[in-house]
Amino acid sequence: MTRSVIDHASGAAAAIHGEASETGKACAEGAPNAWRGDAGPRPEVTQLTVTAEDRRVAWLATAAVGLSLVDAAIPSPLPGVKPGLANIVTLVVLARYGWGTAVWVSALRVLAGSLLLGFFLAPGFFLSLTGTTLSLLTLGLARHLPARWFGPVSLSILAAFAHIGGQLLLARVWLIPHDGVFLLIPVFAAAALVFGTINGLIAAKLLAEPAPSDTPNV
Amino acid sequence: MNWLALIRPGDWLVMLLSAVAVGASIPVFWQGGLADRAIIRQEGKVFAEVDLKARKQYEVAGPLGTTLISVEPGRARVVSDPSPRQYCVKQGWLMRPGEIAICAPNRVSVQIAGRTKVYDSISY
Repeated sequence: MTRSVIDHASGAAAAIHGEASETGKACAEGAPNAWRGDAGPRPEVTQLTVTAEDRRVAWLATAAVGLSLVDAAIPSPLPGVKPGLANIVTLVVLARYGWGTAVWVSALRVLAGSLLLGFFLAPGFFLSLTGTTLSLLTLGLARHLPARWFGPVSLSILAAFAHIGGQLLLARVWLIPHDGVFLLIPVFAAAALVFGTINGLIAAKLLAEPAPSDTPNV
Repeated sequence: MNWLALIRPGDWLVMLLSAVAVGASIPVFWQGGLADRAIIRQEGKVFAEVDLKARKQYEVAGPLGTTLISVEPGRARVVSDPSPRQYCVKQGWLMRPGEIAICAPNRVSVQIAGRTKVYDSISY
């Protein structure tokens, strides 16, 4: 009795294994087709092809998110006064890969950064989004300045001012509808100047070094 | 690595202009809502509304005695008051719109008002 049960069990196990290995084979055979983007046996599956550009954006956004986390860990005397280290990544990306990539990296940074820090869709998220949007628009205009005269430091300072300007405007319109918000402008503007200069210098230093190979570790 | 070499001529210009803008923003935003008037209240009713231009003293009578209030260009204060703890006297000069010194036992208060009405706090 016991014996037969064991027999049955082992038979069932073998059956399962057989099936599993067959399925595995089917997958292994199906996968290359799907990977190449062929419709294959399941035409309704949409294949997302990951380009080198996507990987680059993802890596750069990861670096930016990492710097956002470092940013958040630095204690600040006044909410809103932050070094904005992630903007270094934006500046380097803007110089190396263009404005479109910079927009992608920034958008992913705001989204992923807010999710990781837990303020997704909270007021801070919209402040961050407005600041980043305005600073990207400013960078889009400022990058046409003659590069002989205006380097990353100029771009960084202008972006920092646009960033804090956007945040203050949103805060005034939405969060604190009172002109008292503008009392903070001198403090924020001074912080934007100082941190904008420092970030710009770091970005300029990174850009002065030779470009790394695309998509490290991939 | 020489950091100064990374700054291009236009960068200096941007830094200079930004510094000037920051400096200029201080008087614009920190004195914009300048103190205009002092409102002196007695028993909750307005006793006098004074323009903060001239030098003047006011004596306001309360249940404990007389509160002496001094007004100077741009500021006002309670000079003396019969209240036991002297909180309103110790507050010193009031200079910004919204600031208030309340001598509660003597039922007298001085408040600074600017062009716009200032709230103590706003919540939603």
